Amino acid sequence: MIELVGISKTFTAKKGSIHALKNVSISVKKGEIYGVIGYSGAGKSTLIRCVNLLEKPNTGSVKVNNVDLTKLSTGKLRESRGKIGMIFQGFNLLKTATVFENIALPLKLTGLSQNEVERRVTKYLSIVGREEKHHAYPSELSGGQKQRVAIARALAHEPEVLLSDEATSALDPDTTEAILDLLLKINKEFGITILLITHEMNVIQRICDRVAVMENGEVIEDGTTREIFTSPKHQTTKRFINSLFSHQIPDKILLNLNKTGQVATLSFFGESSGEPALALVSKKFDVYPNILSGSITRLKEESFGQLLIHLKGDANEIEKALRFLEQQHVHVEGVRVSESKNRRIS
Amino acid sequence: MKVRIDEFLDLWGSDLWEATIQTFQMVGISLASSIVIGLPLGILLVLTRPDKALANKYVYQVLDVVINIIRSVPFIILLFFILPFTKMIVGTSIGVKGVIVPLVVYTAPYIARLMETALLEVDRGVLEAYEAMGIKTRHIIWHVLVRESRSSIILGLTIATIGLIGASAMAGLVGGGGLWTSSL
Repeated sequence: MIELVGISKTFTAKKGSIHALKNVSISVKKGEIYGVIGYSGAGKSTLIRCVNLLEKPNTGSVKVNNVDLTKLSTGKLRESRGKIGMIFQGFNLLKTATVFENIALPLKLTGLSQNEVERRVTKYLSIVGREEKHHAYPSELSGGQKQRVAIARALAHEPEVLLSDEATSALDPDTTEAILDLLLKINKEFGITILLITHEMNVIQRICDRVAVMENGEVIEDGTTREIFTSPKHQTTKRFINSLFSHQIPDKILLNLNKTGQVATLSFFGESSGEPALALVSKKFDVYPNILSGSITRLKEESFGQLLIHLKGDANEIEKALRFLEQQHVHVEGVRVSESKNRRIS
Repeated sequence: MKVRIDEFLDLWGSDLWEATIQTFQMVGISLASSIVIGLPLGILLVLTRPDKALANKYVYQVLDVVINIIRSVPFIILLFFILPFTKMIVGTSIGVKGVIVPLVVYTAPYIARLMETALLEVDRGVLEAYEAMGIKTRHIIWHVLVRESRSSIILGLTIATIGLIGASAMAGLVGGGGLWTSSL
């Protein structure tokens, strides 16, 4: 649905140039929710703005629905942009217009009849759950309500793709949840493909099917949300996942524990969490498992848990025990002290 | 000695009335013409700025310099300085007609500047949102840019009107008439 191939973007300022994007390629399939995560300055915002050419990439092609937008004339580009909805961190509603007018005005300007405009405004306001607020001005609404109106405004154009530029970053946790639920609903009911960027791992965890991690203008890792959660490869990805599961154990304790056995992180998904794998381990092998920390969370479709455990016993037995756990579909990652010095445990 | 108001009116009433009409004429016509010239100029100034929709260094810089020059010339000097130009445009350099041209030349750049400031206050994100929805640039200018800065525009126009009234007083020097002349 969205194909970005070899996108590079350099901003030239007086003091030198900034390479915001370096040869970035991502591909978003029809009907999925694709998340791009990265810290501030990673280039993710520039990337999403390249999709509807708010930012023109220096090189590379931008294909939405098999049309290369970079090759279109201004008029054709405008037409194509109508099929790409976008929501923003700052909502970007007209201050001088009511909720109704905010949604109706862009529709009128694209040449729809008065009847059609009214039908769509009513329809999409009820979808986002704000039908009673027709005549309120944005200043009278809370952040979450404004974002709902902005979503209705984007949906009213009946787009095939929705771009979300940090849409929940300015909202409190509860409102974020509600907006994410709304995005999920839109994705399911209308089959709208969603590309979102965020710096919050819980957004990815809650609604994304696939995810790309960006750093310094490059995609450093991508895959399904499940893959990224179970076996993150890059340091930055691990840090993002640790933001959800923070197993902070002081190095001193860790050092002591490592003398008597091994510390390991176990990650498991819905189907493997049912089995009492850890209990089996202590029965089958001559090891004593001790749970140091653990948590479980929901991904979009299944639950995902992490346990930080300590296995006390003979090195050989520990090795066998860990291998057994892997056979039980538990992802095992050892924690070594040398690695963990001065940083969080992964 | 007390001067009675009706005595005063008997003596000066008709002159005052005429002068008031003239002032209103001058201010009204020049204000309207200045807005017609100034608002588009202001929009042009905003749009041709670097990084804006129609970014054009040359247009922006020429406009910027011309506006700054005209704005820094005191009206009384401008009034005499452009006499030949006034004559060319309206055929005369005296009377209400002759004073409207310099008033417009003086006020239009002022309004352009005030409009520019007003329009720059509009959140860039909103303009971007409309661009992203595939709305035509001219529609964005009118329905978003001008609409969103409406209150600042009106505030700017009030300030311009006051400046204009002040300048119109000097119109007496070229026989422009108006209340100022009568007060001499």
